[in-house]
Amino acid sequence: MKSLLATLALTTALTMPGLAMARPVTLTTTLNSYGGDGAYLAFYVTDTAGDYVGSLWMAGGKSKYYKHLTDWDRATGGSTAEINGITGASVGSGRTLEITLDLADALFDAGYTLHIDAAVEDMRDSPNEVAVPLTTAGAGTPVNGRRYVANFTYDM
Amino acid sequence: MIRSLHRWPGLLAAVLLVVVTLSGAALSVFPAAERLSAPQAEAGLSVAVLAARIQSVYPGVEQIKQSPSGKITAYWFVDGTPGSAVIDPATGEGVGSADPNPVERWLTNLHRSLFLGDGGRIAMAVGAAAMLVLAVSGALLVARRAGGWRRWFAPLRGPLSGRLHVEIARVAVVGLALSAMTALWMSAVTFELLPVTESMPAFPADVSGETGVAVGTIEPLLQTPVEDLRALNFPYPGDATDVFTLKTDQGTGYLDQGTGAVLDWADLAGSERLFETIYMLHTGQGAALLGLVLGFMALGVPVLGVTGTLVWLAGRRGRPRIPGNQAAARADTILLVGSEGGSTWGFAATLHKALSARGHSVHVAPMTGFDPARFAKAQQFVVLAATYGDGDAPSSATGFLERIAALKSAPDAPLAVLGFGDRSYPDYCGFAQQVETAAKAKGWRMLLPFDTIDRQSPQDFARWGRLLGQVLGFDLELTHEPVLPKVETLTLVSRRDYGAEMQAPTAILRFALPKVTVWQRLTGQGFARFAAGDLLGIVPKGSAIPRLYSLASDRRDGFVEIVVKRQPSGLCSAQLTQLAPGDTATGFVRPNPGFKPGKGRAPLILIGAGTGIGPLAGFIRSNKRQRAIHLFFGMRHPQNDFLYGEDLAAWQQDGQLTKLDTAISRGNKPNYVQDALRAEHAEITRLIRNGARVMVCGGRGMASGVAEAFTDILAPMGLTTLKLKTEGRYVEDVY
Repeated sequence: MKSLLATLALTTALTMPGLAMARPVTLTTTLNSYGGDGAYLAFYVTDTAGDYVGSLWMAGGKSKYYKHLTDWDRATGGSTAEINGITGASVGSGRTLEITLDLADALFDAGYTLHIDAAVEDMRDSPNEVAVPLTTAGAGTPVNGRRYVANFTYDM
Repeated sequence: MIRSLHRWPGLLAAVLLVVVTLSGAALSVFPAAERLSAPQAEAGLSVAVLAARIQSVYPGVEQIKQSPSGKITAYWFVDGTPGSAVIDPATGEGVGSADPNPVERWLTNLHRSLFLGDGGRIAMAVGAAAMLVLAVSGALLVARRAGGWRRWFAPLRGPLSGRLHVEIARVAVVGLALSAMTALWMSAVTFELLPVTESMPAFPADVSGETGVAVGTIEPLLQTPVEDLRALNFPYPGDATDVFTLKTDQGTGYLDQGTGAVLDWADLAGSERLFETIYMLHTGQGAALLGLVLGFMALGVPVLGVTGTLVWLAGRRGRPRIPGNQAAARADTILLVGSEGGSTWGFAATLHKALSARGHSVHVAPMTGFDPARFAKAQQFVVLAATYGDGDAPSSATGFLERIAALKSAPDAPLAVLGFGDRSYPDYCGFAQQVETAAKAKGWRMLLPFDTIDRQSPQDFARWGRLLGQVLGFDLELTHEPVLPKVETLTLVSRRDYGAEMQAPTAILRFALPKVTVWQRLTGQGFARFAAGDLLGIVPKGSAIPRLYSLASDRRDGFVEIVVKRQPSGLCSAQLTQLAPGDTATGFVRPNPGFKPGKGRAPLILIGAGTGIGPLAGFIRSNKRQRAIHLFFGMRHPQNDFLYGEDLAAWQQDGQLTKLDTAISRGNKPNYVQDALRAEHAEITRLIRNGARVMVCGGRGMASGVAEAFTDILAPMGLTTLKLKTEGRYVEDVY
């Protein structure tokens, strides 16, 4: 159900033809043991021009903290409509988050970039923690995060 | 109503509140510790200069933050690796770790959610609501008990647990109410029941496109003092569209990274400021001293929980089950009980049993919710009423007076009012008296004249029972047996006899201290803890009803001493005055906290006559610190009943007794203590001005004579005996 909604959220945002084709993609995010409370993570996609396209997932339930995911917040104006139905719990220090979404084929090898913003209570906000181009060739290759994310992989 | 609003939330939330307050108290230390340990910026330092200092030490700096305590933290990247430190603003160098304190984080999570996520947050919010209800209802109860808000800090009487409960609560209640309210506010914000508008300006669409302004030269940063700084974010390296983000106490704005110009600015919204103030009041972050005070007050809650539970248990224990209680509509005799601690219920049970044995159909009910229509067959009403505080209704009688006042007409069946109280308190049986007055005002016919029972005296009760029996037309013997504490065997070690020549044999009886178990010692029960002025209950052979004697010794004296005068036809006094050393009696200790000299150096005026010297002698014997004591002692004849005569002389020599005035009532010039008091009025005035405490022990007649004398002596100072009594500076132990 969640993956269906995710597709919907992204489709409505993208408004591009040829989106009927989609495939399940697993996003695996492993956090460092940074020794704080659970991290809020925002997963979203930008296009070649760096403009916001849509959100994939929001880990963390309290919308009052979303402003700390600064790039996502700036891109969306903090609109919770962007993440309706695609939110889950925050991710604890040293833990791994694994989510499977149905993503449109058109998102791959077309210059789109997947970003993760991270924030932890009483610690430094970390926008653009991860920025990885979405390519079929890049699938399965771990990417390191800046501060809280140890590594991130997307598998198809 | 208020009482149950206090009791049930208290009992139900006790464990939760203990957790929340202990964790809160522990957390309150952190802001203060941070305030003391964090290096503070020098006055007048600008954000620009601070940022330049930090950047010269950490070129990859990307954020500078200041917490409300003044602690400055910097975050940076070196070769893609993040770093952070607490900064000394004087040098820009790191002086400590910026990682959050794991203990503080653990306590915070326990405090706000019990590690249970949103469910735990809701539980804690319910706990905060319970604490607010407890604070408000508790404050109302304290005011009612003290006799008004203006007497909030009036001295307290009664059992230790109850006094401790009020003593702590009346100081801590302000802080607890504040913490509970701010907690509820923060919960409401967390669950988005209250909006907090964020004042973020829109991200600027147009920037100069230039980069590389030196942070130390940016004009707006030069004009912002460090004390206003909350956070300064540097632009991403290599992103010409990014900006400096500055957050201060006034608001948030964006600065161009090429020109340093303000691109956009938004002031802090009102709701944001309000939330910050509430956050500060709750956490003490930015108000460390307040935080410490609130934390200290929170420490009172576990004690309040324990003492409150003890008060509740004591009330429950005292209330007996009444077997064979008849239905209200069928009963011919209605017993209405107004009880505070529960002991009056015991008397009602005794009366219920005796009347039922005589064939009456008796219904016992609390005075609250009184409605004559419920008692269709009633032939007589009996009110048994204690008093709470200064003539207020006890808990099981709330609203009774109002209900009587609201009656259209008084019931046909006549009424007897029996008051329960303690003569040594002002307004003796005040509430029962009001019931009588209100009933008479309604024209309610009286079955018996108003009567009172002093200090739960079974003898008083039996006497009143005989009067009731006469009216009802049969012999009524009321044998009230209060639930007795565990009795111990006391062995007489010595006796000193007086008064034989005057047909008034009196003896100072000294018993060996009974063995005390470890448990008794730990809990202070039995003979493990007593002092002069407490009571010794003696259960005479052939009777189940104990007689109470004032103790003339302290546990540290190593013996149990009382003064007993043989009463004509007195069962207990006869047995006691016939004891020879080695003989035994059975007894128990009953605390009498209302009759104690108290701590401190204020002078004591002790006044006693006859056997009333007992506890006073005990006070003097314990007066090793040589507090000023002036003793007035009334006796019949110095040759015959000068109780403790030799001891008093010795104590005077040792400085334990400052002055002794005696009054001799027999002989050619009869003289009573009140006469001795009047003769010494100048000295008494001086002592009272120095804060002296007056303690009176003896017969009722003597006590009222003394009170009259004091009324005259105090009048020129603008004082009254009643005023001293309410201040706890004039106490009586009369019999």
